[in-house]
Amino acid sequence: MIRSLLLASAACVLAFPAAAETVAIVNARIEPVSSAAIPGGTLVIKDGKIAALGASVQVPAGARVIDAKGGVVTPGLIAPSSNLGASEISGVRETRDDGTGNALSAAFDISYAINPASTFLGLARDGGITSSAVTPVLSGSGGGAHEHADDGVVEEMTAGAHGDGDPPLFGGQAAFIRLKAGSSDIVEASKLAVTVSLGESGARSAGGSRGANLILIRSALEDARAFANRRAAFEQGATRDFGLSRLDLQALIPVVQGKTPLLIRVSRAADIRQALKLAADEKIKIVLEGVEEGWMVAAEIAKAGVPVILDPQADLPDSFETLGSRLDNAARLHAAGVAVAINGSRDFNNLRQERLNAGLAVANGLPYPAALAAVTLVPAKIWGQADKVGSLEVGKVADVVVWNGDPLETTSWPTAVLVGGVEQPKDGRHQQLKARYAASDESGYPPAYR
Amino acid sequence: MIRWRSVAMATSLLALGLTACATTGTGGPSKSSAPAKPAEKAEVKPLAKGLDGQASTGFPSTYRPLPSRATAFVGATVLTATGQQIENGVVFVSEGKITSVGGPETPVPADVVVVDAKGKWITPGIIDAHSHLGVYPSPGVSARSDGNEATDPNTAQVWAEHSVWPQDPGFNRARAGGVTTLQILPGSANLFGGRSVTLKNVPSLTMQGMKFPGAPYGLKMACGENPKRVYGGKGRNPSTAMGNAFGFRRAWIDAADYARKWDDFRAKQQKGEKADAPKRDLQLETLAGVLKGEILVQNHCYRADEMAVMIDIAKEFGYKITMFHHAIESYKIAPVLAREEICSATWASWTGFKMESLDGIDANAAILAKNGACVVIHSDDAIMTQRLNQEAAIGMAAGAKLGINIPRAEAIKWITANPAKAIGIGDRTGSIEPGKAADLVVWSRDPFSVYAQAEQVYIDGALTYDRKDPRFQPKSDFELGQPGQGAFN
Repeated sequence: MIRSLLLASAACVLAFPAAAETVAIVNARIEPVSSAAIPGGTLVIKDGKIAALGASVQVPAGARVIDAKGGVVTPGLIAPSSNLGASEISGVRETRDDGTGNALSAAFDISYAINPASTFLGLARDGGITSSAVTPVLSGSGGGAHEHADDGVVEEMTAGAHGDGDPPLFGGQAAFIRLKAGSSDIVEASKLAVTVSLGESGARSAGGSRGANLILIRSALEDARAFANRRAAFEQGATRDFGLSRLDLQALIPVVQGKTPLLIRVSRAADIRQALKLAADEKIKIVLEGVEEGWMVAAEIAKAGVPVILDPQADLPDSFETLGSRLDNAARLHAAGVAVAINGSRDFNNLRQERLNAGLAVANGLPYPAALAAVTLVPAKIWGQADKVGSLEVGKVADVVVWNGDPLETTSWPTAVLVGGVEQPKDGRHQQLKARYAASDESGYPPAYR
Repeated sequence: MIRWRSVAMATSLLALGLTACATTGTGGPSKSSAPAKPAEKAEVKPLAKGLDGQASTGFPSTYRPLPSRATAFVGATVLTATGQQIENGVVFVSEGKITSVGGPETPVPADVVVVDAKGKWITPGIIDAHSHLGVYPSPGVSARSDGNEATDPNTAQVWAEHSVWPQDPGFNRARAGGVTTLQILPGSANLFGGRSVTLKNVPSLTMQGMKFPGAPYGLKMACGENPKRVYGGKGRNPSTAMGNAFGFRRAWIDAADYARKWDDFRAKQQKGEKADAPKRDLQLETLAGVLKGEILVQNHCYRADEMAVMIDIAKEFGYKITMFHHAIESYKIAPVLAREEICSATWASWTGFKMESLDGIDANAAILAKNGACVVIHSDDAIMTQRLNQEAAIGMAAGAKLGINIPRAEAIKWITANPAKAIGIGDRTGSIEPGKAADLVVWSRDPFSVYAQAEQVYIDGALTYDRKDPRFQPKSDFELGQPGQGAFN
């Protein structure tokens, strides 16, 4: 009996999701995000894409029917900036590839580090997340909005190698992944952005001052332009010295050409102004992450048309660059006309927190539709993926979540998660642990046999 | 934002050779083992308070409740944390205490303040059993990094209350989230981190003004990765789990010896015999307090197998573990924890941030509750402490997803009655019962909702926070003139 149980659970682990089929989700409140909610309707998926949605859509013959039982259907949630797939256990260095040492700066490419078998992908899916931008952090700077005070010793919790001095100026190049279980290649796009930090973290990567940091960033962009224009001369050693390596300059070319954004991590209002000025002067695209004091310069951010990624929980003056943190930051930025994307927590593998963070923003004044867009369509647009994901529209990829209630509420959970029209497994490592220990067992054998 | 506080501090102290004596109490001649002589009668002189190793009460609390008036809250849904959910309830408080609680028929005296709480929910004040507010305050700069005396694996001699900075803006944020009482703990760098202190979450110029009168002390202990990483990294003991266990056992042996010396001294003194008082040792005094059952063991421990070792160490030396903190794997040994009557203070949503937290599941609390074990949802975090109600909701929902249905009337205990009990103040606060402190939160709606906000927070019957009234939104001195001043409502 034990053997057969074991075999059954092994089969369970190896079971890959069924291939794309025709699926009809019925009896649902549909939140397309790109258009008004449909109080009661049907959504049809064919060949991995959304084929129809509406109040009076018919279920196609032969379709597998998922009864939402009056629940809510949303686009799959998108993590706007995470380390998913590139970092597993933050305190175990061997599992971390979300930052590098001083060997590379802008050239570091996180897409090479993605592990499609990471058990934390399934955990994120349990929270309704179906895709994520994976963004490098500066080594030694961590990536989280707040620290785990339990340890008091935070050195171990950060990415990158030890003992190689200050972190590099640029974090590296971001990627975009879709959380398809059983897929060997989940990287949807690479070289999406180059990350950089201003403020305290940026200052550390430039010898200690914000002033040095901005000079070095501007100089690097100037070098990248010169490098792009004088490539042949560079190969012959006929250019002036550049501050960055050939690889780093190469990675910055799409940035100076305005094709790829700089993802700038920044907190203080004055530093946000510097970021906006940098973008205007250098004629580059930027995305801002963090922006704890964004509400103080909301009109300027809106005028520049720059989108932001933030954590609505950040309300503590926990550093001298976040003294203005407040819970209604998202609401105020949105009211000023800024496109706001909402992040979960990079720390503690808590991307599940993303939807609750959106709910928290609603509790503090962000309109509900904007909160839903902040975890779907806005990040899709920021990362140039909105032609495929981020909203429920005919022709888009069927990354769809069925919820048993309000997707932003603590007491709701996804009852079905589909990626590319394929329903995803619910037997990830955390689910199996729960099943193992929630069950009563009178067999006399240890849990390892369950 | 990453802070470099403890690492930098610990390193510089080491570099200066300022590490505390690592072997306090383990060597040296014993002063009480005087050669046997005929007992001399002597006049007993009371010891100075600071030299008396058995009269240790710490510096006195100067807490006084803020002004309050007799008030009746009428019409709310009341979660009493005694297992009841009362619709359209009445809570009547006077002189800082709960006088009565019940349904709409509950009589309300004339000439008291009546708060119309229709549509609102009322719960006991939230109690965070694991906080570092004040000892790791905002802003998190090294000058204010006072939570880990990471200079020796045994610093049972330090007291968190001597590190608390009462102006930490985090206290105000926590209060706006409904937190009325906090246990402030030393960090987990050491096997024995030091004494905790329990605080009333009222604005105060001094720690003493927040100190919860009569609350017992806790001793912060830490098993697992942190002590062995901190000291192993310095080439010192402990560097392994077995080194951790050695460090615990050696300390308890020393503590028992110390306790016996004082007992002998007292016995002689009572008989009127001449006796020299042992030299007071602050480290051993705290440990001896645990052996006497006066100080509660608050034990940071993640893994189930390590909890089992800690339970056996406690049995070996005759003390009780009151609560495992973080307790990520408690669900694996839930029946054991129920039998041993050890609470588990945990999160619902954090997992996999270090090796010993790899098996964290959101259903930890629910599986514990199903097995009849004591559950506490704690924060260990200045952000999460503001929304412990939601963290409890996540744990409750995780149970529901597994078919373990925990009503709100039970789940509310995870952040009120249970932590009160586990930090030794359950007879005074943590539930809405006549005679208990009127520590109350009026919520805008069901507190287990993501949209819920604490609208009013009462401590000992006094309004200490009101989301709609700026007069009751206290600001720390630190926040004055800063861009975010008071901006948490």
